Amino acid sequence: MGLRKPPLYDAHADAGARFTEFGGWDMPVEYDSIKAEHAAVREAVGIFDVSHMSEIEVSGPDATALMQRLTTNDVTALDPGDSQYSAIVNDEGVIIDDTVVYRLPDRDDRVYLFIPNAGHDEEMYDRWTSFRDEWDLDATVDDVTEDWAMFAVQGPDALETVTDAAPDANLGELSKFQATFADVAGVECWVARTGYTGEDGFEVLCPWDDAETVWSSLDATPCGLGSRDTLRMEMGYLLSGQDFDPEDEPRTPYEAGIGFVVKRDTEFVGRDALERQKEAGVDETFVGFTLLDRGVPRHGYDIATEDGDVVGVVTSGTMSPTLSEPIGLGYVPTEYAEEGTVLYVLVRGREKRAEIVTPPFIDR
Amino acid sequence: MFEIPDDKKYLESHEWTTTDGDTVRVGISDFAQDELGDVVFVELPAEGDELAAGDEFGVVESIKAVSDLYAPISGTVVAVNEDLFDAPELVNDDPYGDGWMLELEPSNTDEFDDLLSPEEYREQTE
Repeated sequence: MGLRKPPLYDAHADAGARFTEFGGWDMPVEYDSIKAEHAAVREAVGIFDVSHMSEIEVSGPDATALMQRLTTNDVTALDPGDSQYSAIVNDEGVIIDDTVVYRLPDRDDRVYLFIPNAGHDEEMYDRWTSFRDEWDLDATVDDVTEDWAMFAVQGPDALETVTDAAPDANLGELSKFQATFADVAGVECWVARTGYTGEDGFEVLCPWDDAETVWSSLDATPCGLGSRDTLRMEMGYLLSGQDFDPEDEPRTPYEAGIGFVVKRDTEFVGRDALERQKEAGVDETFVGFTLLDRGVPRHGYDIATEDGDVVGVVTSGTMSPTLSEPIGLGYVPTEYAEEGTVLYVLVRGREKRAEIVTPPFIDR
Repeated sequence: MFEIPDDKKYLESHEWTTTDGDTVRVGISDFAQDELGDVVFVELPAEGDELAAGDEFGVVESIKAVSDLYAPISGTVVAVNEDLFDAPELVNDDPYGDGWMLELEPSNTDEFDDLLSPEEYREQTE
């Protein structure tokens, strides 16, 4: 099967990007240096093409009911132009995907746009339409993934960059997680003050065919998925399919440390299972750690106790470009999750001391 | 274009070695450091370790990849570049100079004949 490509694929290639497969898409992983791109976002501003992210639009009289029953957060708390982080879980409360749900300006009824991760669009479209039909709800579900290109402009200078491209939009007035339609370089875009880096920033959704106009109007260092990954790891943000995965790493929001998106006073698929887990408590929990010995923790490495008992697993790890220290994320039994606890990560069979740290790893 | 100095020999797995003098130096090529991207960690053997040609002698890790290192020839490790422990980026900045990895006292200099010439290695990287 061929890989899907973002609209600016050729432009990225011309700019010297190297590509990687991610979620069925062929995306830029780095242009010049992951470290340099990472530093640009922490210190100035970078721009990521994240057009591989999925977009599903839900409208119609029962749009709110459908969204409420398929996501764990409370969509009724959203006014037009608001957004919220949320989880999509199965009957057992296991996370299928995490997402940001935007409430668009009303048309006849409320309209929502949510952003599943790369490659999840078809699965989510099927899930939404099949539950809609099962519950006999009146809602229209559209997979608009290839209608929208998406760029993330992130860093302390992000506001300046988007304001230069959209001078009339007063984007500085948006608070975190607010969004608006705005004219960016003459193109109507959905601009949200959201991101995945820990820095101030904006995510810009623009019509697929206008991608070049909008991208070239945003003056920032082009960044690939490599630095997107190191930036999110420094914040302890989850990566779908890696830090949780319904097949390979089945985890509930409580285990994954995102219990704050579960609103148990709303009705949603998986609520009863999560209610039970909330009352019983979790056996294992998502933690951050730094390695005290030399080495780099990587996805899939075991975490052991001093006695050599394997008790956990690394789900993400890297050498933190900001700290120049090895950092990682993973799951351990709750009794080992306290900050300062020392465990051992097995790097090619050798034990490296790992101290539990509560993310973010940097001050943000 | 990647630098492939004429005074070195190469392995298909992108290590280089010098062939003059009593000891030989080993590192990875300019092409290899560029493919890896930002090098963040290097693991090397101890002085005194015996290596046979083709043995894994260590690991080089960039942010995005982990890559094994292979000995171009057989010999005894007489020095390792400890500067790389604190400054692994030397592998990117100067792969044939300050980014060298280890020095061997070769046990069988005939093995140099099995290595790739600069021309042969250049063909492989094109």
